[in-house]
Amino acid sequence: MIRVEHINKTFQVARRNSGISEAFKALFHKEYECVKALDDISFTIDEGEMVGYIGPNGAGKSSTIKILSGILTPDSGSCQINGRTPWKERIAHVRDIGVVFGQRSQLWWDVPVIDSFELLRDIYSIPMKKFKENLDELVTLLNLEEIIKTPARQLSLGQRMRCEIGASLIHSPKILFLDEPTIGLDAVSKIAVRNFILDMNKRHKTTVILTTHDMQDIEALTRRIILIGKGKILMDGDLESMKKGSSVDEVVVELYKKYEI
Amino acid sequence: MNKYLSFFRLRFIYGFQYRAAALAGIMTQFTWGALEILMFKAFYNADAKAFPMTFSALVSYVWMQQAFLALFMTWILENEIFDIITNGNIAYELCRPVDVYNMWFTRSMANRLSKALLRSMPILLFAVFLPAPYGLRLPDNGKTFSWFLLTMVLGFLTVIAYCMLLYIINFYTISPMGIRMVSVAVVEFFSGAVIPLPFFPKGIREIFEILPFASMQNVPLRIYSGDISGTGLYRAAGLQIFWVILLIVAGKILMTKALKKVVVQGG
Repeated sequence: MIRVEHINKTFQVARRNSGISEAFKALFHKEYECVKALDDISFTIDEGEMVGYIGPNGAGKSSTIKILSGILTPDSGSCQINGRTPWKERIAHVRDIGVVFGQRSQLWWDVPVIDSFELLRDIYSIPMKKFKENLDELVTLLNLEEIIKTPARQLSLGQRMRCEIGASLIHSPKILFLDEPTIGLDAVSKIAVRNFILDMNKRHKTTVILTTHDMQDIEALTRRIILIGKGKILMDGDLESMKKGSSVDEVVVELYKKYEI
Repeated sequence: MNKYLSFFRLRFIYGFQYRAAALAGIMTQFTWGALEILMFKAFYNADAKAFPMTFSALVSYVWMQQAFLALFMTWILENEIFDIITNGNIAYELCRPVDVYNMWFTRSMANRLSKALLRSMPILLFAVFLPAPYGLRLPDNGKTFSWFLLTMVLGFLTVIAYCMLLYIINFYTISPMGIRMVSVAVVEFFSGAVIPLPFFPKGIREIFEILPFASMQNVPLRIYSGDISGTGLYRAAGLQIFWVILLIVAGKILMTKALKKVVVQGG
């Protein structure tokens, strides 16, 4: 159960115009602007639910995910996930969650992927038997046999992404945050990853929150979507009822137009 | 505890991947040590009595310093930790059920130990077999050696606790270059990395010896070469313990503050 209430978050951003004289001026006086990344965000997500969190670039999707996973502290507002406030009880909280940041890597660069997995086993204190089971399952479903003994730096982006997803699920988390998990995947891997997420959700009742720009991901995985723009939640509802025959991409373009984001 | 151990192990293995770097390191340290000793030899030839340490004590100081460089030099910093902060991968560090300070501390220990293990043996072996007075002397007795080991551990911890502060400052400055350059210059000078502290004039030396930098390589190396003995041992080791605790506490407080305001760079 995830309950988010009135979360606000602002960032300070240094801004200046281009050019040498502007850069020189900024040496002595930097101008900061406050950017409101999240503006009074509230929503509730039940256990075992899969939710698509969508919005244009810079809307605040990743910031929300980072707050939910205990990485960022919001300026105000409250958030309860399984009875805990993520940023206050970070260590207890992160034991139960898995996070994939599509544009970052959690694998150790110069050693085989399996070494990273074994480190995670110890970090999360996963019993040996459980670890073997999970590993076997992940290796089969994500098709990792051949790449797991290769150093991460020698994998292609898509191969690495599959390993990243595996790494985030090795401790069987109850909640999974996926921040653009299908970046760089080929069609076959994309479908494999989607099926895998569906499967996890079905069998383990994993709650999934997914941000993506790939509307097929959304269509394949989630029924409910939350639309965010300029830090505000604009819409929270059922995808099917909005579609009425048109494709998801069209629905989203419609929504972006309607809310002028 | 198990998780930190496992983390230690992986970082340790990681260090073993870079054999060429280790070989280059050994060569550099050996050459550097030889140069330094030859330079001091020229001074000692002029007037051996004008110096606070005997030549053979100084030689031992230099060889041990070069052999265990990886344990004591504050310029051996982990670029990966700076990168984690600068490029925003701190996000992944924070979604693990571990204390970030402890994790980075463990990581630095493993990195330095794996480096030191690879590099110290060849240098020590070679230096022991060099003819007197250019060779590495063994310490006078077992007691001196035990004190050396103890203060070496304390010095090692002081170095890491100090480096942790540099990493944490990077949360505020974003670019690590400035702080690294300043810190390297300052520590080299104050820790006795270039010129051993006994060579500094009285008055200045007493002040230097209280600073945390003197608790790094200065203490174990001088104990090994016999320059610190008797009650001086207790004083030096006590001061080391004081600095280790103070630096760790300061680091932990700063880290907690930094993490509250952390911004994940790069989206």
